Amino acid sequence: MSSITTILLIPGLPLLAFLMLGIFGNSSSWLKNLAGIIATTFMAISCLLSVQTAINYFVTADLAEKGFAPIILFKYNWLSFGSGVSIDMGALLDPISAMMLVVVTFISLMVHVFSLGYMKGEERFATYYAFLGLFTFSMLGLILSSNIFQIYIFWELVGVSSFLLIGYYFAKPSAVAAAKKAFIVTRFADLGFLIGILTLGFYGESFDFQTLIQRFTDHQSPQFLAISAASFMGITALSWGLMLVFMGGAGKSAMFPLHIWLPDAMEGPTPVSALIHAATMVVAGVYLVARLFPIFAISDQAALDVVAFIGILSALFAAIIAFTQTDIKRVLAFSTMSQIGFMMFALGVSNYGGENGAGFSASLFHLFTHAFFKSLLFLGAGAIIHMVHSNNMDDMGGLRKHMPITHISFLIACLAISGIPPFAGFFSKEAILHAAHASSPITYYLALFTSMLTAFYMFRLYFNIFWSSEAKPMHNAHGEGTWSMKIPLIILGLLSIVVGFIPFSHYVSSDGKSLETHLDLMFSILPVSLAAAGILFAAYLYKNKNEKPAQIAQNLGGIFSLVKQKFYIDEIYLFITHKIIFNLIGRPAAWIDKHIVDGFYTLTATTTEEFSSTIKGWQSGNLQSYALYFLASVLGLAILIIYALI
Amino acid sequence: MNAQEIIFYLIAAYILGTGIMAVTTNRIFRAAIWLLFSLVGIASLYFWMDLEFIAAIQIVVYVGGIVVLIIFSVFLTQKAGDEMPVALKSRTLPAAFASLFALAFTANILLHHNFGSASNVMFDPNMDKIGMAMLNTGDGGFILPFETVSMLLLAAMIGCIVIAMKIKKEATQ
Amino acid sequence: MPIGLTHVIILSTALFFIGVYGFFTRRNLITILMSIELMLNSVNINFVAFNKYLYPQNIDGIFFSIFIITIAAAEAAVAIAIIINLYRSHNSIDVEEANEMKY
Repeated sequence: MSSITTILLIPGLPLLAFLMLGIFGNSSSWLKNLAGIIATTFMAISCLLSVQTAINYFVTADLAEKGFAPIILFKYNWLSFGSGVSIDMGALLDPISAMMLVVVTFISLMVHVFSLGYMKGEERFATYYAFLGLFTFSMLGLILSSNIFQIYIFWELVGVSSFLLIGYYFAKPSAVAAAKKAFIVTRFADLGFLIGILTLGFYGESFDFQTLIQRFTDHQSPQFLAISAASFMGITALSWGLMLVFMGGAGKSAMFPLHIWLPDAMEGPTPVSALIHAATMVVAGVYLVARLFPIFAISDQAALDVVAFIGILSALFAAIIAFTQTDIKRVLAFSTMSQIGFMMFALGVSNYGGENGAGFSASLFHLFTHAFFKSLLFLGAGAIIHMVHSNNMDDMGGLRKHMPITHISFLIACLAISGIPPFAGFFSKEAILHAAHASSPITYYLALFTSMLTAFYMFRLYFNIFWSSEAKPMHNAHGEGTWSMKIPLIILGLLSIVVGFIPFSHYVSSDGKSLETHLDLMFSILPVSLAAAGILFAAYLYKNKNEKPAQIAQNLGGIFSLVKQKFYIDEIYLFITHKIIFNLIGRPAAWIDKHIVDGFYTLTATTTEEFSSTIKGWQSGNLQSYALYFLASVLGLAILIIYALI
Repeated sequence: MNAQEIIFYLIAAYILGTGIMAVTTNRIFRAAIWLLFSLVGIASLYFWMDLEFIAAIQIVVYVGGIVVLIIFSVFLTQKAGDEMPVALKSRTLPAAFASLFALAFTANILLHHNFGSASNVMFDPNMDKIGMAMLNTGDGGFILPFETVSMLLLAAMIGCIVIAMKIKKEATQ
Repeated sequence: MPIGLTHVIILSTALFFIGVYGFFTRRNLITILMSIELMLNSVNINFVAFNKYLYPQNIDGIFFSIFIITIAAAEAAVAIAIIINLYRSHNSIDVEEANEMKY
């Protein structure tokens, strides 16, 4: 089939699933039973089409020599603002979007299959799959957007789907609060995003990605000169635009300080966390920066430094907090934040073109591999929670005997995320550390330290769940879970081992031309040995249940509780909003609205009422008054007419 | 100043004087009588203007019919000798002002308007001229208004009876 | 100055506004009726005056007056009937009492 049909079907099938299941799912009983199967089938077809598109793009189309150029598959002029500026709806296929198509559809397919078993027996089963379909459609639309406004539209759609899915258990107040928090924080970030879009669009006189990139990377173009000349508070308009767009990306990717929604978002069902908060939605920020990467790298190095700084700060921040959390899903949430920090950081230290663009490829390689092992971790956590019926690490222990498949796949994922060869994470982390080393020593050592922490806290999690104490006797008989829950774990486990071997930078690089990277074994010794040290230390503390962790926590005292409370960032936000924004801005604004604005209208109404009462009094029912008015009017008219005033 | 003018001014003063008394007196029966005097004065004005027929009709219909009717209704509805309630101050002052102002305004216009001189034909309305015109079916005849007015009088009679009729309730014997 | 049209007209205007004043001021419905009769009479004087002084060859003004008198009689009768009806329901013919048309 033609490429346009394919590219329309890929997001179109999940959308169709959403519409069918959303509208009819709860009313028709046969549809309700088959909802999962239908959604999974559509997703499978979409995944196959994505893989076919990617293979077509990367392999069969002869682009390898000239470099993988972006292909616009279709473009439809949706809204035209005159003077050449318009919002076009289109599909853009280039290396990163082809890769992301595969990632999103595949992970979504795995989550669909897993949910067949995990969400079985739910009352709103069809609605769940409808929301999954909506989310997948929005994410695929976001990936394929050729126009920055289009990406904003799908960005918001993704936010809405995330809200619906986090708040799936809407009877729980904590879930509702978490959904609201996620939506409000990302919406606040999207405010910056919109201002950034408008700034870039205004000076660039276009909203298309390709046009913007071409205009802002050519330092002689009139648009670039205009945007560099305009400045506000000492920062050029270009930096403002890029920073504000990055703010939107930082909100969606849970970078510091807009990360507060991610731990709370774990209130949603665990497969949802696997899909949204591990592999797809949270990487949207990285994807956005990657889309605009040429502008960042060529025209505004300062903005790129900010990206790098926020990235490594978030990575370190999240890694430290993950040490102290006891809810397994929150450990995984902070781990996600940390890994995305790595991705942002890698983008930030990268330059454009050739060897200098290694960081770009590294970042996206890590995005690719991270999707597999992080969703595996979350799905494994889902299987564990399904069996133990608790999220807390303290309720678990010794599960390796009861859940063999989950155990092995979880172990593979932990090894991958710690960067142990030959698992996938090793290759992608190597690439990042290489890029950091090429940039500056300090960044390299920070990244190294953070990856060591990653190994430590991931294996703390692993040992606490599967080793530690002896397993409590399990009362529930459903065991490890149905085959529909085990198959995705097995597939993802296998892939976590294998995908590291793909020569990623050959396909995806900052300027589209293939980049040959090779593995420097000497370089890798330090990171791997640090990771192994972290694992051993975690084993020492957690493999068998003992008092050492509690003693360390007690010795650290105040610092430990500070970290466990996530550095009180949530409390700071609440303080700012309640005490400052509500009291100093909200209340006066409400007062003005109620007394002055409303008061004006009330005054108008009261005046009209008074006036009408007065006029009402003229209808006194009294004959002689009427006659008097009549005479007066006749006299008045006579005077006017006779003295020619009318 | 000849006799005609003097008589006119006397008649005018009489009409206006009794008219004012009719609208300002407190006792209703006296008001009716002042009205009667005023109407008689107007009849005398018609006599002065050589309109004997109109004067006669005025006395017969107005004085002999309408004022008598008014007196009947006075007796039917209240005690004729009592004083009527006084008019409200809030009513008299604006009314007086409005009337005086209107009078001044109209008089001003009338005094300054040139009505044109009359033709020199003698004004001689005698009975047979009036009679012939009243029942004339040709040009300048007033037969149509005459018939219409008679129907109107019939309608008025029936209307009065209907309005003033006491509706007898079904007597429960 | 010989008595001309203007004098008679001024007389009838004065009589008219006396009637108007009476109409506004009086509280008793019958006295209001009397004021209306004064007004009608003033109009009568007007018609015959115009006829005599401006168009002495015609006699139309006289006929106007005849018909006005006739109609005034009919109207006075109907008015008395209404007054009697009102007296029955309100037991008073004070015009201040008949204010059911009030808002």
